[in-house]
Amino acid sequence: MAEELAKTANHSTTEDTALRRATDMPLLRIEGVTKRFGNFTAVNALSLDVRAGEFFALLGPSGCGKTTLLRMLAGFETPDEGRVLLAGRDIAQVMPHERPVNMMFQNYALFPHLSVRDNIAFGLRRAGMARGEIATRVAEMVALVKLEGLEKRKPDQLSGGQRQRVALARSLARRPQVLLLDEPLAALDKKLRESTQAELMELQRRLGMTFIIVTHDQEEAMTMASRIGVMDAGRLAQVATPRDLYEAPASRWVAEFVGDVNLFEGQVISREQGRLKVTTREAGIITVAEPHQPVTKEIVTVAIRPEKIKLSRRGLASAVDALQAINRFEGEVAEINYLGGLTAYRIRLDNGAVVRSVMANTARLDVDGYGSSERVAAWFAPDDGVVLEQ
Amino acid sequence: MARTVNRLSRFNMTALALGLAFLYLPIVILVIFSFNASRLVNVWGGWSLRWYIEFFNDRAMLQAAWMSLRVAAVSATLATLLGTLAAIGLARGERFAGRALFSGMLYSPLVMPEVISGLSLLLLFVALNAERGFWTVTIAHTTLTMCFVTVVVQSRLTSLDRSLEEAAMDLGCNPVKAFLMVTLPLIIPAIVAAWMLAFTLSLDDLVIASFTTGPGSATLPIRIYSEVRLGVKPEINAICTLFIALITVLIVLASFASKLSSSQGESAAPL
Repeated sequence: MAEELAKTANHSTTEDTALRRATDMPLLRIEGVTKRFGNFTAVNALSLDVRAGEFFALLGPSGCGKTTLLRMLAGFETPDEGRVLLAGRDIAQVMPHERPVNMMFQNYALFPHLSVRDNIAFGLRRAGMARGEIATRVAEMVALVKLEGLEKRKPDQLSGGQRQRVALARSLARRPQVLLLDEPLAALDKKLRESTQAELMELQRRLGMTFIIVTHDQEEAMTMASRIGVMDAGRLAQVATPRDLYEAPASRWVAEFVGDVNLFEGQVISREQGRLKVTTREAGIITVAEPHQPVTKEIVTVAIRPEKIKLSRRGLASAVDALQAINRFEGEVAEINYLGGLTAYRIRLDNGAVVRSVMANTARLDVDGYGSSERVAAWFAPDDGVVLEQ
Repeated sequence: MARTVNRLSRFNMTALALGLAFLYLPIVILVIFSFNASRLVNVWGGWSLRWYIEFFNDRAMLQAAWMSLRVAAVSATLATLLGTLAAIGLARGERFAGRALFSGMLYSPLVMPEVISGLSLLLLFVALNAERGFWTVTIAHTTLTMCFVTVVVQSRLTSLDRSLEEAAMDLGCNPVKAFLMVTLPLIIPAIVAAWMLAFTLSLDDLVIASFTTGPGSATLPIRIYSEVRLGVKPEINAICTLFIALITVLIVLASFASKLSSSQGESAAPL
């Protein structure tokens, strides 16, 4: 049954795709959308394209406007300015019940007075679907989210994970063009969250549907989404694949928001053979690869992820390392945090600056670990630093 | 630890017993004396249902009881309708200008001395030259009990997750339909509880009713009060016992309804 559903969903998206290719439009286009609440601008002249079949994540700290943006897509808020185009049609002023999108709510918002079956059938009944068809569709959805046997239960007789599935089934039942998910996994515990993430991804792939998820959990966004839009103060700070977001952040803010990072501010003193030399107060002269976009500013920030900073006792492990280890600082171990798979170190450099380094614990026995106050060399390759101009 | 939490200490037991006795001893005495065979109120003459039989043969008293029940039923229904609408307006409406003032004004009968409400209503009815009787008492009771309805229903509405209605709209309901299909079924127990509360309040009101009623349409409390002034007949005890029974049933039902209502949502309605 699920396969059948997948087939029909795929079918409709192929049609849609063909149509869109002709007009060269993304499935969803947000154009200069602004939303104000009194004096507070929640979403500020934001533009974004989401393609059909994408799993797109809106990531940001609380209050950045990501939920407001999602609610504007669902129709619960009306933009003050701008357009929201869904398959070419402006839906910015369309009422929620007339939009071909559905939303899965953060707290699931299951109707407590209705059974699982009636919750899932709710939207189908409103659409005026025939009785037999509704029964078939509900059965499909129940099978899809693996809730067989629980159809007659009321929401308060379900576990958190089961409720989440009902909410998902209910929002998928109408086969929306876009499914909006507002922090769908926030209420689940860690283990359940991880397995549900995998199931959501699998489901999205199988149905070929467009998912837009709002989350404040960057790991969740990284795991599930094919593209992530990082929001800050009502604007998109960067839209990129998870890998680009982490390895090539667009700004200092993004670099700091996504994952851990060492930042060194300094002045560009030379550029030759694709290498930039930056003199920094914290770590002296750093050599980094020049980015594709030529650097225009004099003062830049060099960002290096902690796992790219390697540690060694004395000398260098190999000749290859010697070639790469142009950036090499002496210091001593100031702090050790054992995290299971990884160990995070803080190294106090001899000039007083502190850098963070993360090493994978590849051996069970602690032969490679560094002790507190041990003298070490911290180094990184020029390619591992990112030059940020803002 | 668990012992001290779960079991009442001697002091707590005594305090509880004294408190309950203070509240209920007069009522218990009244109930017992309603079964008194003696004509004298303070002399026990053995068990008897005599005064109940007397009551059911007392036309004037029965008429007053019937009047009270009708007033209570009609005014509770009107108050529930108006009060629920006000509650919806306050809990769900956009923040309109004067919203705080409106809600404050709505609750004023809660704190207004009944004598003042009664007097002002009397002046109004006199000014309108309305014939005082069933309808004037009913309208007066509606204004009295409406605010209680609003309090009960509004607290249920505000405890209700707003996203339920949004989910309904998301799934194809227009706002009115979303209210009817999702919100209303969830607040019905609170509305029922509010109706019963309004009914009870109307049933035992004496002050406002005596201001607004006219000749020949005395409610039961008015009737009882005027009888008592001529001396307490044991029949009054019987009537009061029946009253207590009715009100107890209603209050138990009302609290049961509001329990039901809260078990369906996250937090409880008052009562």
